[in-house]
This record gives sequence, C-alpha cells and structure tokens, in this order.
Amino acid sequence: MANRKILAFFPLMAALSQAPVANELTGYAGLEARAFTADPADSIQSDAGISASLSLEYYRDLDDGNQRFVASTFGRWDSEDGERSHGDLGELYWWKAYDSFELYAGVRKVFWGVTETLHLVDVINQDDALENIDGEDKLGQPMVNLLMERDWGTLEVYGLLGFRERQFAGREGRLRASLPVDEGGAIYQSDREEKHIDWALRYSHVLGDWDLGLSHFSGTNRDPLLLSSNDGLLTPYYAQVDQTGVDIQTTRGDWLWKFEAISFKPRGEDRQTAAVGGFEYSLYGIRETVADLGLLMEYQFDDRRGPWSTANQNDIAVGVRYALNNTQDTEFLLAVSTDLDNGSRFTNLEVTHRLDDRWLLEAEARFFGNADEGDPTYSLRNDDYLQLELRRYF
Amino acid sequence: MQPNRSKKQFLTRVLAGTLALATFSVAANELDLAAEKGLEIAKEADRRDLGFGDISNNLTMTLRNKYGEASMRSMRTKTLEQEDDGDKSLVIFDNPRDVKGTAFLSFTHKVGSDDQWLYLPALKRVKRISSSNKSGPFMGSEFAYEDIASQEVEKYTYKYLRNETFDGRDHFVLELDPVDPKSGYSIQHIWIDMEEYRAWRTDFYDRKGDLMKTLTVSDYNQYDDKYWRANKMEMVNHQTGKSTVLQYSDWVFGNGFTDRDFTKNSLSRAK
Repeated sequence: MANRKILAFFPLMAALSQAPVANELTGYAGLEARAFTADPADSIQSDAGISASLSLEYYRDLDDGNQRFVASTFGRWDSEDGERSHGDLGELYWWKAYDSFELYAGVRKVFWGVTETLHLVDVINQDDALENIDGEDKLGQPMVNLLMERDWGTLEVYGLLGFRERQFAGREGRLRASLPVDEGGAIYQSDREEKHIDWALRYSHVLGDWDLGLSHFSGTNRDPLLLSSNDGLLTPYYAQVDQTGVDIQTTRGDWLWKFEAISFKPRGEDRQTAAVGGFEYSLYGIRETVADLGLLMEYQFDDRRGPWSTANQNDIAVGVRYALNNTQDTEFLLAVSTDLDNGSRFTNLEVTHRLDDRWLLEAEARFFGNADEGDPTYSLRNDDYLQLELRRYF
Repeated sequence: MQPNRSKKQFLTRVLAGTLALATFSVAANELDLAAEKGLEIAKEADRRDLGFGDISNNLTMTLRNKYGEASMRSMRTKTLEQEDDGDKSLVIFDNPRDVKGTAFLSFTHKVGSDDQWLYLPALKRVKRISSSNKSGPFMGSEFAYEDIASQEVEKYTYKYLRNETFDGRDHFVLELDPVDPKSGYSIQHIWIDMEEYRAWRTDFYDRKGDLMKTLTVSDYNQYDDKYWRANKMEMVNHQTGKSTVLQYSDWVFGNGFTDRDFTKNSLSRAK
C-alpha cells in the first residue's frame, strides 16, 4: 500500500518538474555514511552510522510574476542518534511585489555576510546544528519582512515572530558537548520566552567594487549559553541581545577582500566585539590546465569572554580550493583554522564530484587536532570523522 | 595563417624602416589602414545591433569529450542592453541538477573589469565573485568565460586581413587582439559577412600563437526585422579533441526588463 502511494507520487513529481518554470518541484534524496576514527569520549556514543535525507522545494509564481508561493522541507533519518533523525519546514512563505516595496510573510531562510570561515553578522536563522557543525545549515524562521530597493541602496525590515530553539545531538550521538543537552529545559531571559518578537533591520548597497552591509538585530540570541544543571545535563539559556553588524567586500581583480564585525550587547551586560576579515585570491589555468586554485586566509577576533566566549577569539584560518573545471566539476577544499592562543586546530577537507546529470558524490573529513582543554572544541577532541554522501537530484 | 606572422612582419618592417625611412612609413600606413578598416567593420556590426533593448532565451549545451561521450547543461538567460556601458545579464541554471537554481548576475563594462555575483540556493547566499577568470571554461565546456561574455567593441583592437567567400556569402576576415592581458588568446580571426555583418566563424589562437579552437555559427534568424541571432554555435577544441554545441531557443525580444530585474535582490529571487 505504502509502495503504491510512492509509485503514484513519482509521475506527479515528474509532471510537476516538466511543467513551465512558473511552477516546479525539485529536490534530492541523499544517503550518508559517517565513520569516526577514534573511540568516543563517552562509551555510549556511536562509532559509525548511516543516514538518509530528503530535501524538497516547491514554488509557484502567480499574478504575472508579482506574487510567489514557496514551500521547502528537509528531513533526515539517522541510524545511530534518534535526535539527529529530524525534519524541518525550512520555507513556507508568500511574496508579493508592490510598486515601491516587496513583502514576505511566512517561514524563510535569510543569509547576511561576506566571509567564508565564520558568519558573524548572519543572525536571522537558528543553526541546524544536527545537520552540520559548520553553522551553514539553518532552520526556517517565521517572519514578516519588508524590502525596499532604491538608488541609495536596499533596506530590509524584519519582524521575527516566534523563536526556533537549537537542537542538539542526543546521548548516543557524536559531535556534542561533554554532557547531553536538556532541550526541554531551555531557559529564556525574556518573560515572553520563545514568544518574544525579535526585529532586525538591514541596509545594503553596491558601490562599484564595493559591496556594503549594515545590520541590527534586537531579540533572543540564536546561540544559547549552556549551563550545567544538577542532573548532569546542560541547560540552554537564551539571552536577550542587541547586535549591530557591518559587512564589507571589495573585489579587485583576482583579489576579494572581506570583512565582518559585530558589536554584541547582551541585556544587562557590557558591550563586546567580534570581527573576521581576510582575502581570497584566485590563480587560473594551473600548470597549463583549465584548473583554478583559490587561496583563502581569514583572521578571527572575538573579545567575548566568560560564558560568552567562542572558539574564534584569536584564530587564523587558511584554505585552499582546487577546482578541476572538468565536466564533473571535481573540487577539493582544504581549510585549517588554528587558535593562536592555545594551538587548537580544526581541519576540514571537502571533495565534490558529479557522477552525471542527477548524481553527486560528496566526501567530508574533519579533524580536531591538538584541542586544548580550555577551547570549546575540547569536547569534540575524539570526534574526527570521515563522511561520504551520495545524492540523487530530481 | 600563423598569428605571429603579423607581429614578425611588423618587426621586419621596423628593421627595414630604420634602413629605409620611406619603406617604413609606407608599411606603417598599411597597418594603420588595416586597423582603421578593421575597427570600422567591428563598429558597424555593433551599430547594427544597437537598440535591441532586452532579450530572454533558453540555452542547452552539449559537451563532448574526445571519445564522443556527451553531457548536457541547460540554462535560461536574460539580457538588458545599457545605453553607455556593456549589457547586464542574468543566467539561471537548470542542469546539471546539483546546480539547479544557481543564478549568475553580470554587469559587463566596456572598460575595466565586469561586476559578477553568484546566487547559491542551498545557502540562500549571494556572493560577489572575481570576474578576472577570462580564460577558464564556462560550466566545464569548450567555451571560455570571455567567449560567452557580452562582446564590446572596446575589448579588442582590430585589423582587417582580407575578403573571403564561402557558403555563397562574402566575408570580411578580421584579426582581433584582446585588450585584456588575462585573455587566454593571443589573437582571434573572425569571419563577418558583408551583407548583414554576422559572425560565422572564429578561430582562436592560444597565448603561444597556436590554433586552439574554432567556433562555427549557424541557423541565424532575424528578429524585429533587424537583429540577427544564431540558434547554433559549435566550438571545437583542436588541441584536446573536445567540443561543445550551444543550442539556443525561445528568443523573446522586448520583455520590458528594467535595471531592477538585474540587482542582487532580484538575483536572490531568480527562478
């Protein structure tokens, strides 16, 4: 019965994806295998596992392209960690263009910023920390958003309705803090708790070689503090914060110069600062081939201390991207970030290779080298892993 | 025709000229005339295409390796003509499926480097990228970025070489020397028909001066009784044996695009 339903679904999807582009269903199904190279810090944690994921996106344009409806969803099943088996409605929104502004209403994902190794100004969405620890996967955020584009720049106003709590790996899962997190026991600074309405404002502009952004966020901090509780668990604490951010990129020939900084003010506490900046430089036609080599360096600074401290206080990240520019778009990315205070080192290797029009292979390896006891990556010291993912797009 | 020949010829003439001033000035005059005529032909071809306004079309690319194995790319493009500068264009990728939804925005400039942004749908991120990779392959094909970029008169210096007749048409043959030092080519030879000023064939010579690729253009149609556009472009790489065929379809002129349709914001909404 279930099978028959699935079979009935496929012609429908095929019909939708062949329809004119004003109405389309797309997505992928993925199969992932992950193996950890060392014994876990906590013996209950798993050594290896497989998981499957499904990503779907649908949109429909209406009103001669002046209105759009978008829905997208993501789900994962994991063999080892029940908490990592999760799903999210990433987008469910309606967009309308008026004469002088645009309106978005619903659940969306929004990215702000320019740097590669750290995303300081990007504050709208909660991280999907179960998907990846790199902070690039996000959960959908309910919002009402107005956007105005003028000759003097683009202005966006966000009313953020309802808060998404971060989800954490379960007791059996790897890549977690030394103690499991008690998600149900989250504490909020605001009396309105997760119902607090946050707001944000962003101005951005392009001036020749310069891409500029200025933003402000006021509301519930997306990054919780993890407090030890009596029952041997960690309790997430969501503070109220004001954060002003600036992001700047200047593009000069083969050089991209990038900078982001935030001024971070938790309610009732002192103002703190963090910044990241650096360059990307590209070399084309390596050794008489069509391959490119991209070199990346970014310095990370963060003066947040005590409970607010991050892993990026005085760190340098260097990276190399090697793209073969072949039909399969084979690409290698190697990045190493080093804490200049305590020597903790994080290494990330990613390889992507297209098999054909619909199949993609991705490999990822991460190593937490030399993790210092005082560094937030200390709890991940035994969690070096290799991962292989196969995706089928439709 | 060896591409270096013209330069060698010039040098020889300079040397000869130091011996006999008269010879030199005659030769220099010949070169000036060839350059002047070449530029005039390029300008005329450009002038005949002025005022197209905007265009949208669909494009499929068939990439073949030397064993004949094929892979496909497909995309949709929108172009907006600018009065005093190069065109603005938006490309939305449909295949391969892993890059589906990726979109590319480009402001071509007559002088100086172009402005380019990429939209990455998985991250919802618009990223400004470097436009200096002229010679790299577009989507792994035999077309370099500079081959598919908007062709502006200012991007080359010109020299008229000769007339040639084939397929029942009379052509001017021009030599183009790219102004940008990052170009992957030393020179190009281009065949433009005398009646309608359409390009039918281009030979690309690599930086060493060896013949690298030949572009053959066919299936021209005229739109609005004025603007000629080809449906088929085939690029053959003589050095690697690989080839790429571009097949255009669904040409629409006069979509009513404005500059607002070519911004970072519209790029992030491109479908």
